[in-house]
Amino acid sequence: MALLEVDRLRVEFPTRRRALVAVDDVSLAIEAGEVLGVVGESGAGKSVTGAAIIGLIEPPGRMAGGEIRFDGRRIDHLSDEEKRRIRGNEIGSVFQDPLTSLNPLFTVGQQLVETILAHSDRSADDARRHALRLLEDVGIPAAAHRIDSYPHEFSGGMRQRVVIALAVCAGPRLIIADEPTTALDVSIQAQIIALLKRLCRDQGTAIMLITHDMGVIAETADRVAVMYAGRIVEVGRVRQILRAPAHPYTTGLMDAIPRLGRDDADLAQIDGAMPRLHEIPEGCAFHSRCPHAFDLCRRRRPVLQATGDAAAACFLIDQERSDD
Amino acid sequence: MTDATGPLIEVHDLVKTFDVSRPWLARVLERLPVQTLKAVNGVKFTIRRGETFSLVGESGCGKSTVARLVVGLDRPTRGSVVFDGTDLAGLRRRSDIAPLRRRMQMIFQDPYASLNPRWRVEDIVAEPVNAFRLVANRSERRRKVAESLRQVGLSPEDARKFPHEFSGGQRQRISIARALAANPDFLVCDEPTSALDVSVQAQILNLMKDLQKRFGLTYLFISHDLSVVYHVSSRIGVMYLGRLCEISAAKDLFRQPRHPYTRLLLDTIPDVEMTGRERVSVPGEVPDPIDPPSGCSFHPRCPFANERCRQELPTPLQRGQGMVACHAVEEERLPPFKRSDPGQ
Repeated sequence: MALLEVDRLRVEFPTRRRALVAVDDVSLAIEAGEVLGVVGESGAGKSVTGAAIIGLIEPPGRMAGGEIRFDGRRIDHLSDEEKRRIRGNEIGSVFQDPLTSLNPLFTVGQQLVETILAHSDRSADDARRHALRLLEDVGIPAAAHRIDSYPHEFSGGMRQRVVIALAVCAGPRLIIADEPTTALDVSIQAQIIALLKRLCRDQGTAIMLITHDMGVIAETADRVAVMYAGRIVEVGRVRQILRAPAHPYTTGLMDAIPRLGRDDADLAQIDGAMPRLHEIPEGCAFHSRCPHAFDLCRRRRPVLQATGDAAAACFLIDQERSDD
Repeated sequence: MTDATGPLIEVHDLVKTFDVSRPWLARVLERLPVQTLKAVNGVKFTIRRGETFSLVGESGCGKSTVARLVVGLDRPTRGSVVFDGTDLAGLRRRSDIAPLRRRMQMIFQDPYASLNPRWRVEDIVAEPVNAFRLVANRSERRRKVAESLRQVGLSPEDARKFPHEFSGGQRQRISIARALAANPDFLVCDEPTSALDVSVQAQILNLMKDLQKRFGLTYLFISHDLSVVYHVSSRIGVMYLGRLCEISAAKDLFRQPRHPYTRLLLDTIPDVEMTGRERVSVPGEVPDPIDPPSGCSFHPRCPFANERCRQELPTPLQRGQGMVACHAVEEERLPPFKRSDPGQ
């Protein structure tokens, strides 16, 4: 049994005319100690999926279907109080902008100690010792001195380290990391990724890594789910999906990335843009931009089908099979 | 004055300092000194006609400030920007500046912030046309707007719409159409694709390349993304803490980076090919620009720093067609650069 199972998740945002479907029939699983990357363009539904798992969908958005199970236990219909206990204790989270996760009026030490006390029965002194050890663990230099500093006294990279320390302080078994490196410079990005990987390895923490950056996925994730217009279009081992993607959207995405040493005059581009939530077409959501679309794609919605170590939602896979 | 074979842009010894002191009263009461931040410090480069010159560096290195100084949105504290033989700092009269302003246009990072949400696309695109009085009457203006929209892959019917009706990529096309409406020679593009998704980024980069070919445009391209810069540039300048540390032809910079900071940046590029190359995690971060380190400002993070680097500012050295400012390069004590090179 996987640590986290998301089964046919559907998230809707009601509007005056009709409900917009931000996440549509998404199923995924994360094993203990595994890093699952969730990649897609802005508006693809990846952050909403993450928010649904920790029970923090912004109202008026709501979970309109499906089930979320953590360690075999259903968690999506728990009371707010029970959800709060799971957040932090069992599932930690790291968001893009470290400043929004930290309270500017308290020192990082106070915030860590408060969180540790809320999730364990340590004494105050013991909690502070633990906080200090965590800050050292995430690589804050002169932690004994910095523990009494306020968030604004830290640089962006250091703040994100503090947020990671907060996320892991109760020893969660899963961390939802939503664009944890997007606001950071490349050289700092590498440090934060190395830190996340180390935590995952040393403590067996599973990570759901939400990002738009294929480079980050390639370096960090074991498996990856590619999202498009609220649906998973392809999911599987990172190596297979990055090197031999089966879905035309993933192929297009990989070809659109400029790379060193590749001197093509033009980048391969996917024409058009991802449809907005109120205009997602019938059939496959990608068909209007897909170079291989045929009649069936406009009428029926493809479901995920196994392709080696991965699965993709595309009718071309059927077609290739019947050609063989 | 115009010399059709010389460089289009010459930037000499550019310096921009910002006053970052506390408000006057607080400063006097607390007896604090005036604090200044040297955002740009002695930057010097030239841009040839028809080429794309890029500035790369981490946030806070001064690349965007250079862009704003070059188009005249900010006045330099010292140094000069020479556009097609004319020193911009020497011009005081509006009538002298306007014709040059028309020839240089800017594209900004955030296509949501750089378009007025209450204006229709036609008014946005026609703004430079009106400002520089490029057309005589309304129908000519409408034709000019339609032409610009068509050049960036939008349709003339889009002129009646408002910015919110477009996606991020289309909005950036509108920004480009507005720039093109002035019939410019020179475009300054400050992170034009960093707010866009990869698939849309490819569309915009391809469009920019195509426009450059069709209209013989010269670009100053500002980005933090080395892969994007590699794709679009003829020559590249690498900035760190307000100074240029290396200038080189794009291909050479990636094949044979000279400055240790350039090497660091190359090592941090994520490996999408999954060749198994470990991204090198570099210790430290960019120091506080208000209180920069002594000597070479990169020395606290540089694996090759010695006593001289800690004390003496490196002077720019001519190397081939490029420039590098590094004591270790001068003393020839840098090991050759090695990287598992995908595809070369």
